Amino acid sequence: MYLSHILNSKKIALSVILGVFLTFCTCKTFAIQHEEAHEAAAEAGHEKAEFDPSETILEHIGDSHYFHIGGHVAFALPVILYTDKGLETFSSSVFEHGHAAYQGKYYKYALVKDKVKAVTGEDKQIDQTASVYDFSITRNVISLWMSVLMLLVIFLSVASSYKKRTGKAPKGFQSVIEPDILFIRDDVAMPNIGYKYARFMPLLLTMFFFILINNLIGMVPFFPGGSNLTGNIAVTFVLAVVVLIVVNVNGNKYYWKHIFAPDVPFWLYPIMWIVELAGIISKPFALMVRLFANIMAGHVIVIALISLIFIFKTLAIAPVSIAFTLFIDVLELLVAFLQAFIFTMLTALFIGSAVEEHHH
Amino acid sequence: MELVTPDWGLVAWTTLAFLLLLFLLAKFAWKPIMGAIDDRERFIEDALLKAEAAKEEMSRLTNENEVLLKQARAERDLILSEAKKIKEQIIADAKEAAHKEGARQIELARVEINNQKAIAMADVKNQVATLSIQVAEKILQNQLKDQQKQDELVAQLLKEVKL
Repeated sequence: MYLSHILNSKKIALSVILGVFLTFCTCKTFAIQHEEAHEAAAEAGHEKAEFDPSETILEHIGDSHYFHIGGHVAFALPVILYTDKGLETFSSSVFEHGHAAYQGKYYKYALVKDKVKAVTGEDKQIDQTASVYDFSITRNVISLWMSVLMLLVIFLSVASSYKKRTGKAPKGFQSVIEPDILFIRDDVAMPNIGYKYARFMPLLLTMFFFILINNLIGMVPFFPGGSNLTGNIAVTFVLAVVVLIVVNVNGNKYYWKHIFAPDVPFWLYPIMWIVELAGIISKPFALMVRLFANIMAGHVIVIALISLIFIFKTLAIAPVSIAFTLFIDVLELLVAFLQAFIFTMLTALFIGSAVEEHHH
Repeated sequence: MELVTPDWGLVAWTTLAFLLLLFLLAKFAWKPIMGAIDDRERFIEDALLKAEAAKEEMSRLTNENEVLLKQARAERDLILSEAKKIKEQIIADAKEAAHKEGARQIELARVEINNQKAIAMADVKNQVATLSIQVAEKILQNQLKDQQKQDELVAQLLKEVKL
């Protein structure tokens, strides 16, 4: 009873925070009319707007300043710009889905390939003199926050049930989570890191569940999914940098001796240094690219298969398209778990090689 | 190219969110969860060891019981056989004692009988003597009633006496 009370209060907290998010965003249902008017104009101008699958794919797997819900309904998200003249904040609704430019306090901005750029004039030429850093709350940032919130709700409630059921068998959601935690501990951390594994468990667990939940959210095609967080190079870059820092901060003397004074003739040292330093960088780099490429590729294939319907302009292709999409989705479900596991596993392996006692 | 160029805004937000998540989960989730799992594992291991020890203790006790039972049985048999021997001894002794006592009693009875017989005989003798004397007296009285006979007797007696 007490537990359900906790869960309820967390649900309330979750909805409050979601509500706060949504107040920042202005729901642009009236954009429909504008869009339709524009399409009408485009049709009048050209014969017919040609469907461009690569543009669609890039739009879907990339980031956006709008959170698309379905149909023509999309949330306009806040734009936060740090320019050389100062901070600018406004809603992305001012761009009218990329059709209009907006005169801010310091510069004139417009969406160029879904990214906010400082522009000059009416023809949207990129202003090379202005330095603008974009810290906007984009679709991926919203998705990131939601996943963080979900993880917090899940694991804090699981932790509280552990506290309440001390020494008893796991129950409910606890028994779903516990095998995963034990898997990370017994099959990932212990064999790769050794007896010092306990210190790295929080990082490995957080990484595993963060990647897993974002992979899974990414597979959902509509709100709260629809984003492509782990298939975004920025996110995998951050994870890889975390791995790089953790591995090298925890490297012991054997690790550094192996890099700076390996068992080779001394005149080979300069070459070895270059090779070893490249190794330090390349390991996390491989992590970054592996996760990014796997998840992104899955999204690309799914959207490409769906795009077939629009390329052939016939509904007859739909069953084939859907069947293949279903197949790829099932595969992606496997990949979602597999990539989270591989990332965590390799992180544990790199940490293990850095804290290993006896280097040969 | 655009796809593989990290968006620095997203990098900043991801860093912030991930580090915050790491901190919060490490402090409020992983620590209690790992602690609880470790505690439970230690408890289970403890319980298993204890169960094993209890099992050993149990089998040890069972063995001990069996040994004790065997010993008790042997002792019982010994006691029984001894008791049997003692019983036989007692019966034999009792028989002998009874025999002796019987013999003694018989002896005593015989002595008594003899005594009584002697007494009776003495009595009878006395009686007979008395009766004889009485008879003799009466005979003498009868014989000596008249003077002639007395004279005859004296004469006879005098005849017998040889001087």
